[in-house]
Amino acid sequence: MKIHEYQAKELLGARGIPVPRGMVAMTPAEAEEAAGTLVAETGNQVVVLKSQIHAGGRGKGTFREHPDLRGVAVVKDGPTEAGELAERMLGSTLVTVQTGESGKEVNRLYVEAGMDIARELYLAVLLDRAVGRNIVMASTEGGVDIERVAAETPDKLLREEVDPAIGLATFQANAIGWALGLVGDTHLLFVRFLTRLTEIASELDTDLVEINPLVITGAGEVIALDAKMSFDDNALYRHPEVASMRDESEEDPAELEAKETGLSYIKLDGSIGCMVNGAGLAMSTMDIIKHFGGEPANFLDVGGGANAEQVATAIRIITADPNVKGIFVNIFGGIMRCDTIASGIIDGVNQVGLSVPMVVRLEGTNVEIGKRMLDESGLNLTTAVDMKDGAQKIVELAG
Amino acid sequence: MSILVDRDTRLMVQGLGKTGRFHADRSIAYGTRVVAAVHPSRGGQVEVFEGEVDQTGVPDRGDRYRVEVPIFRTVEEAIAATAANASVVFVPPPGAADAIMEAAAASMPLIVAITEGVPVVDMVEAKRYLEGKPVRLIGPNCPGVITPRACRIGIMPGYIHQPGRIGVVSRSGTLTYEAVYQLTRLGLGQTTAVGIGGDPVNGTNFVDVLAMFNEDPATEGVIMIGEIGGTAEEDAASYVTENMKKPVAGFIAGTTAPPGRRMGHAGAIISGGKGTAAAKIDALLAAGITLAPTPTDMGAAMLEALG
Repeated sequence: MKIHEYQAKELLGARGIPVPRGMVAMTPAEAEEAAGTLVAETGNQVVVLKSQIHAGGRGKGTFREHPDLRGVAVVKDGPTEAGELAERMLGSTLVTVQTGESGKEVNRLYVEAGMDIARELYLAVLLDRAVGRNIVMASTEGGVDIERVAAETPDKLLREEVDPAIGLATFQANAIGWALGLVGDTHLLFVRFLTRLTEIASELDTDLVEINPLVITGAGEVIALDAKMSFDDNALYRHPEVASMRDESEEDPAELEAKETGLSYIKLDGSIGCMVNGAGLAMSTMDIIKHFGGEPANFLDVGGGANAEQVATAIRIITADPNVKGIFVNIFGGIMRCDTIASGIIDGVNQVGLSVPMVVRLEGTNVEIGKRMLDESGLNLTTAVDMKDGAQKIVELAG
Repeated sequence: MSILVDRDTRLMVQGLGKTGRFHADRSIAYGTRVVAAVHPSRGGQVEVFEGEVDQTGVPDRGDRYRVEVPIFRTVEEAIAATAANASVVFVPPPGAADAIMEAAAASMPLIVAITEGVPVVDMVEAKRYLEGKPVRLIGPNCPGVITPRACRIGIMPGYIHQPGRIGVVSRSGTLTYEAVYQLTRLGLGQTTAVGIGGDPVNGTNFVDVLAMFNEDPATEGVIMIGEIGGTAEEDAASYVTENMKKPVAGFIAGTTAPPGRRMGHAGAIISGGKGTAAAKIDALLAAGITLAPTPTDMGAAMLEALG
């Protein structure tokens, strides 16, 4: 699960990580008021308005409605200007390298006090699957796309493993600080920052904590100017505070509905809907559709079986997508018998109706009975002998 | 011959909820020797399993079975009383890693974790705990391990298997079943099929299983089934290039998967441009692995690789 920058800073700030003073604003009036408060508190005339969406590249992104305006705007002329800029940003569509062409509507701004930036660094804690541990990644190249640093200048990327039994050892944090060119009190502050960050990562079950940039101020302070956090969905049950930060407006409504019914669904751009049991089979069903010249409209894993309710929900979700011209149901029965699955499909289709062709491939125990049930159901569906046959048939029927 | 499990395997079940009980029963019906169960609040009780023998499992066992499985409070007690030498974990996610560590603390040689949804941090800690202990963890989030007509540990349908010449190793459950069923229909059969699971941090990887199949005299070829996310397939390709004495066929799922999205499995995600199907396919081809263009062709690719 992803959260917004302001939420990440709230979590980090409460756990001892220095973050700039800031306030969230949902309306221009709130933005103006927040700017006024910040200027009064800090004595710094500069405040920054930062669009809060679940995508990176906000600083370089522009609004479709206001091509002159970037996703992050610097305010130098006081609270009134902040209100005016917020008026244009809120409700507008921000397009960044990560949002795709459709962009994302900005509904929240984070109003933050300006910083006296001396250096910008990069810092992240993430899982290294090959070693099965969290690692720290750091670089002197803050504020830029870290994937580019990794590709172009991999020697600038520093890396340390975090032993889960010990945590990040002081000598490791020291080494990274020195390699980043930090000395004296700033080095000390950095070591404290980094150590705390690795602790928070395991305490809150993060997939990723990324501080980009981490800034060193003119006065030598170490501050998280930006913060990105994403969390292990499997561990959310033990973090109600984090779970409550979910912003459903950032998620696809169909994907949310699917999740509530226990289906794993991801929407894609193609025209052939898929309903499959098992994640690997569901992925390769998309692949085989593409292999035979079609384009998959979605990933959908119904899990171990396929009962009438799940099938009905799946069909409703798949056909709500206007691009869908056909559905491929691909089920390997396994423990569940194919006649049980066939009756689930028939009941599900009868519940919601079917407006596009459907090809069903069933495999497993009692497959002949299952196929006969489908053939004799009077429904507008075609059975397939195997996955390849099914993929070819649906591409033809939907084409 | 086979790897990991055979007719002498003495299985212990950790977690006797609905799923755990159902699959323990299916394993007993298949002919697996289930000798113990562990449940913290049911120690001292006996769980009775009875029903019709699965005739596709261990042969010559008559028509019906009735087995009384003693329940113990701890893994240590279960091993001491029954000499169990393999464990299957069905414990729900919040307690799954603890169950794995308990089995490891008692030096259970083989631990097969079926549970889906274990927090990554728990697995990172469990993996660290297992370091240096004489145990092998398979999974979590996997279908299990089966040696046809000898021993079934996990949740796979037994009847699609047939004793034979090919080893199967996979990150995906249903794709394992596809491969197994094709091998059965082609008459190649399986020595052992191993699901290593779809999580980002797991106990056993392709390389470990390939090495076991490499040393198993009965295994003449191996099918490996990978998917997007991580670099386990690339590591396997290096191993095949340097060490594998037997032909390998492969399949990679997720060619059409969009980056940054988790495709059902917690570990099936392309992140930071890493873990793409294209990179894995290139690595497999460079290692001389015969690639199946679609999942329907996995058995045929194995036949081709065998020559």
